[in-house]
Amino acid sequence: MKFVMAIIKPHKLDSVREALGAAGVEGMTASEVKGYGRQRGQTEIYRGAEYQVHFLPKVKIEVAVPDDKVADVVEAIKTGANTGKIGDGKIFVYDLNSAVRIRTGETDNDAL
Amino acid sequence: MTTCLRRLAAPAFALAALSIFLLAPDAAFAADKHNSGDTAWIVTATALVLFMTLPGLALFYGGLVKSRNVLSVLMHCIAVACLMSVLWLIVGYSLAFSNGGGLDSYVGGFSKMLLHGIGKETLSGSIPEAVFFSFQMTFAVITPALMIGAYVERIKFSAVLWISALWLVVVYAPVTHWVWSEGGWLFKMGVMDFAGGLVVHATAGISSLVIVKALGSRHGFPNDVSPPHNPGMVATGACMLWVGWFGFNGGSALAANGSAGMALTVTHIAAATASLVWMALEWRAYGKPSLVGLVTGTIAGLATITPASGFVGPLGALIIGVAAGFVCYKMVQVVKSAWKLDDSLDVFAVHGVGGSLGTILVAFLCTPTFGGFGLPEGATVGSALGVQATGLIATVAWSAIATLVIVKIVGGITGGLRVDEDEELEGLDITQHGETAYRLD
Repeated sequence: MKFVMAIIKPHKLDSVREALGAAGVEGMTASEVKGYGRQRGQTEIYRGAEYQVHFLPKVKIEVAVPDDKVADVVEAIKTGANTGKIGDGKIFVYDLNSAVRIRTGETDNDAL
Repeated sequence: MTTCLRRLAAPAFALAALSIFLLAPDAAFAADKHNSGDTAWIVTATALVLFMTLPGLALFYGGLVKSRNVLSVLMHCIAVACLMSVLWLIVGYSLAFSNGGGLDSYVGGFSKMLLHGIGKETLSGSIPEAVFFSFQMTFAVITPALMIGAYVERIKFSAVLWISALWLVVVYAPVTHWVWSEGGWLFKMGVMDFAGGLVVHATAGISSLVIVKALGSRHGFPNDVSPPHNPGMVATGACMLWVGWFGFNGGSALAANGSAGMALTVTHIAAATASLVWMALEWRAYGKPSLVGLVTGTIAGLATITPASGFVGPLGALIIGVAAGFVCYKMVQVVKSAWKLDDSLDVFAVHGVGGSLGTILVAFLCTPTFGGFGLPEGATVGSALGVQATGLIATVAWSAIATLVIVKIVGGITGGLRVDEDEELEGLDITQHGETAYRLD
């Protein structure tokens, strides 16, 4: 099993959700987070004064998937979140040791 | 305001009024008859002007600060409004509008403390004096409240209350007496300040700079302070100020008449024009027209037309709007970049400069050449300009010196004007007031 975590632009959440749904993913977690990468935040100007906003709003999505779906899931996020502009985000894949569905007690692949 | 009071000095009963004035100082208006139309309008205008502070200015300023300080700004505005109202009743109104005896040129006396001797039947011009008192009270509320914009995000709450209270008594009440009370020395010189370019905006603007100088900048100023946390709140407040300003300037005619109607008209035109100018300047300079910029232009236009509003016509209003947009826009940058003063929400650049600009421009724009309603009797443009400049210099000098003394005294009383650095970084809401503005759970 793998755990896929991706940081994306907030307005791309819906298209990522659709793409993941099409790839057979049945559940995910999304959180509002702040961060920056090579984009290094942005500059806002109020009354002529420049303000450096270092941390930009981003959305973090987390999906646990069986090994055989990882490539599809990464591809779906990559497609759904892509705008071609700086700040599109990143995808990280971790090994996942175990999973439990709380209601039924099912474990691992059965719990995903 | 001046036109109404000056009407009383018509030659026909000048002598009679003078003798009454000498015998019973505050009975000079008793010759006028009550006018219910005037009263109805000034009651309405009073509500409009209070609405400018509560909640207009509170929201305008509240949206411009960090989210961890928004409640402290709302708190400042509302608490100052309460304190100024009570002080205005106790002593402020008397110092501004009663007869000061031997010192009458400079300050009123104590005869109207706690509205002594003023009942339901007492008139001020054609309206009940209680209405005049309340209308003027809303001005005494918003003027110290304007200064809040200079010192947000780092000042002790106790210092806010002390500074505002002393300032009302030492700066606001005397300057009001100079300009709007018929014994005042600037009033007698024929200074033109229809609704408070000198009394409200110049006093608050220059005093803001003095407070900022004593208080110091916010942590991280100028390069690392946070942007406005809620521009939508800023715009909401600015629009309330705009509507309320109809009462501020239109009400300053102190009558339901053509002067009120024209004041309201030119007020709106100047505000709209200055908004467009500010927006255009930003658009050109930075590639994007911003909401905060647009509504800052609105306030600049409103402040600048204020002293001129009863004296200029629509053409004058357009000119004032353009001038306000350009000059105040430029001054925001001068104060922050060249002078390096953290007048955090630009009180001096918008109100001080705007009010001063209007005070000078009215000497030209009140002439029929620009569609205005004429210079004061016997005045030329040159002499009027001299009077306006004298009024401005005296107002600015007195406000600056008195505020300097006030901040020294208050610094002593409160053990320094600032919160400590940790409290500043954590935010005034939680450290000073124990509250949090936005709870997202």
